[in-house]
Amino acid sequence: MGRTLLAVFLMALVSYLPRVTPLAFLRQKIKSPFLQSFLYYVPYAVLGAMTFPAILSATGDTASALVGFSVALLLAFYEKGLMTVALCASLAVYLYQFLMG
Amino acid sequence: MLTSSLSTLTDQPPTPAKNRPRQEFNLGLRHGLPIALGYLPVSFAFGLLAVKGGLPAWVATLISLTNLTSAGQFAGTNLILAGASLLEITLTTLVINLRYLLMSLSLGQKLTPGLTWRQRCLMAFGITDETFTVAALERTEISFHYMIGLILGPYAGWGTGTLLGGVVCTLLPNNLQNALGITLYAMFIALVVPPAKKSTAVRWIVGVAVGLSSALTWLPGLRQLSAGWRIMIATIIACLGGAYFFPRKEVQ
Repeated sequence: MGRTLLAVFLMALVSYLPRVTPLAFLRQKIKSPFLQSFLYYVPYAVLGAMTFPAILSATGDTASALVGFSVALLLAFYEKGLMTVALCASLAVYLYQFLMG
Repeated sequence: MLTSSLSTLTDQPPTPAKNRPRQEFNLGLRHGLPIALGYLPVSFAFGLLAVKGGLPAWVATLISLTNLTSAGQFAGTNLILAGASLLEITLTTLVINLRYLLMSLSLGQKLTPGLTWRQRCLMAFGITDETFTVAALERTEISFHYMIGLILGPYAGWGTGTLLGGVVCTLLPNNLQNALGITLYAMFIALVVPPAKKSTAVRWIVGVAVGLSSALTWLPGLRQLSAGWRIMIATIIACLGGAYFFPRKEVQ
């Protein structure tokens, strides 16, 4: 538990530092378009890399995960809300496992 | 007494200076409410996943109350559950949170003058993608009290949702837990697909990140890498490529 709490503390630290450093210490704007672009794209790349292929092992079996993945992709493509996409994907996985398992 | 009797003499008494902070605070609270509601299901999913992975509910809640990030704390917690090294956990969380540098910089340009150092440090804690977007779009000048009001609801929502998710998890049957395992990833997909539809650059960057993360997962020789390094390496390469091939014009 001590190690977990230390990890939580370190995570809190590196979550706070990027937020506080510019606000408290820097008063100028980032000029470099390269750095601006890099930082702008970070959340998208992270979301992509975190989701795939990890999603394939999120439900206990690959087939049901693929079903949930497809449902999520389809609903997201039609720009449904976060909650709708999440719940429908879960429901699809649940039904698939219920019917096939 | 004196001030109230004086103000009746004028048709439009100017707002007393001491009431301005309260008005700003209330405005912030109002702006933060929809964010708070939006945070509930996401933090609920986080609490659920963390407890399902083996953390006590109070630790999951502690993570939410001290980190206040989505992607960063999700990744960090996954690594804790996977038994990753402290260095790996810290670096991964740091890289994911680097985007706050940009938001903090941008907010710093719009602060009301005369803020103390301590006020700046307190406001900084509540910068998230959502509070940043609202503050940046709703106000031309951001005061300390507005920002604190804006942060408060989302902060409470994030903590409450996590606790509820963590407590509920232990009561759920196993097949339902399996089905909920995909919730978070489905949310990520819901977050990333709409902007990818609209922007070629985002499409490419997500594609490259997904391709790299798949390659690092499946290719022989690279498989020893743990999830944290995979995400970090994929992100950095995809974003370097993105910044090189799709440089953005002056980001607001």
